[in-house]
Amino acid sequence: MPANRFNGFTELGIGIGLRIPHYRHILSKKPTVDWFEIISENYMCDAGRPLEVLDDILEQYQVIQHGVALYFGSTDPIDREQLKRLKALVQRTKTPFLSDHLCWGSVDGTYTHDLLPTPYTFASAKNTAKRIREVRDYLEIPLIVENVSSYAEFHASEMTEWEFLTEVVERADCGILLDVNNIYVSSKNHDFDPYEYLNNIPHERVGQMHIAGHTKYEKYILDTHDHPVLDPVWKMYAHAIRKCGPTSTLLEWDANIPSFEEVHREALKARKFLNAVTETAVQPA
Amino acid sequence: MIRARTKHRQTLAELRQLQRLAGAVIMRPLSRRWRMQRTWTDHRDMHEVTAEFIKPNSRLSSLERIEIYNRQYWFRLIDSFYDDFPGLRAILGRLKFNRLVREYLTEHPSTSYTLRNLGRFLPAFIGKRPELVSPRFDLALDMARFEWAQVEAFDGPALPPVTVDDLLGKDPAKIRLSLQPYMSVLQLRFPLDDYLIRLKKTGLRGEASNAVEENSPEKSRRKPRSAIPRARETFLVVHRLDNSLFYKRIDRPAYRLLTSLNRGTTLGKAIKSAFADPPDPELIREWFKTWTELGWFCKPTGR
Repeated sequence: MPANRFNGFTELGIGIGLRIPHYRHILSKKPTVDWFEIISENYMCDAGRPLEVLDDILEQYQVIQHGVALYFGSTDPIDREQLKRLKALVQRTKTPFLSDHLCWGSVDGTYTHDLLPTPYTFASAKNTAKRIREVRDYLEIPLIVENVSSYAEFHASEMTEWEFLTEVVERADCGILLDVNNIYVSSKNHDFDPYEYLNNIPHERVGQMHIAGHTKYEKYILDTHDHPVLDPVWKMYAHAIRKCGPTSTLLEWDANIPSFEEVHREALKARKFLNAVTETAVQPA
Repeated sequence: MIRARTKHRQTLAELRQLQRLAGAVIMRPLSRRWRMQRTWTDHRDMHEVTAEFIKPNSRLSSLERIEIYNRQYWFRLIDSFYDDFPGLRAILGRLKFNRLVREYLTEHPSTSYTLRNLGRFLPAFIGKRPELVSPRFDLALDMARFEWAQVEAFDGPALPPVTVDDLLGKDPAKIRLSLQPYMSVLQLRFPLDDYLIRLKKTGLRGEASNAVEENSPEKSRRKPRSAIPRARETFLVVHRLDNSLFYKRIDRPAYRLLTSLNRGTTLGKAIKSAFADPPDPELIREWFKTWTELGWFCKPTGR
């Protein structure tokens, strides 16, 4: 089930984000890791050290591209130079599919460099789906879109976030990168039941999952990616895996990054949930 | 597909207007206490403005919710300047640097999908707004140029290098060469290479996925310290070799020669213009041997 047309029919296992503090360890120790996720924009340059490191990593590992700047929900025309560079990187990494976020971040050619929630409206869903199709047609690889964590909601919204996600991916006929931590963060910030979200999305479209840590404040939760995954998120992840099947999963750890071993150990905790579903599936009736 | 529950459906034009408003609110400069400004551009209370498009919840007002994004925008972008211009920050101090960045971003908001290009207009901006870096205008301008040159050298494009063999037997009166696009040849009023080496810690830029910082920039960064350098004319080439960044000192004639070549002058004329008296041919040969080994030259690019 998790290998599907939205993730290039891959079953990758458990990956971690390729981050600068770990370069030396990875290149010298060559640890066994199922796959690495790279942030596309960090390697969409002309030359230099980033591409040298990437090429060294590509010699040893499967790399999946994840982007932070396509802003599918924006209403600006898509930047063709950006797409050109992204396609060159896709050809370099041979990523079987590509992911970016269900958000907007630029308007009138000005960029916020943030993953901003879009109002959940039909106009926005239609616009977002159109842009996803345009990008996919240009890149010629499958796309999956990630639900973002959010701290604000718009009066203009006409549906729930999970209805919006469904509307977009069905219109665009693309997959979902299900970020379980983001659902948890948003559910606390917006007072909805995260399990209702998990139960009401098209599970057959989920091509990958993200898990991460977050930070609790008195009045809201921030998606900081600077902690281990917290228990409520692991519980949601177990539920999501039961719904979607044993899906490729990535641990995000982007701030206060500990040693490579610690990050990898945290990521591998996902294995027991993946194995549990796999074992249940193969047990004789 | 689901059916709408509300009577009025948002149009694409309304979505665009909403993004314009939200974008303007999010990118608006923060107050001195790193909070959202309390009045809008038309002098209305920001509570009123934000309540028009953001829902409150039981714990946060509309303003407080969108303020999270307003703060993150500035924290993220100022942080990016801390990465790219640590020397300038050390020269100006935190408060003055933050004000410079705020004024700069107000005039030059990001127009690129990548943070890499954010500081490209900073040297020119300092030239236009000397009061923002007073009384260290010369030093600040030099440092901004030097640090932007490093951004370019880090991952800028490279062209196939011209080798010594390519030049052998050619008539200097006809040879034209360009410098690699990632290189900068700088005339500085201060020895900033030594100063920055003392300051700089190794580190590369990286954009993280979907993560936010909880602290304002001054809380999340240690303040770099080093004695401010005394004025001394310095000629530097900022370049890279084997994908590592280097600063190479050169003398005035070499500076003249390289900048002249890069303007499209022929090799013969560039050599003549670089020296008051006829130069030692051995010196020129030695320079070109070193420079071509470093891969500095490429075919004319017309830049």
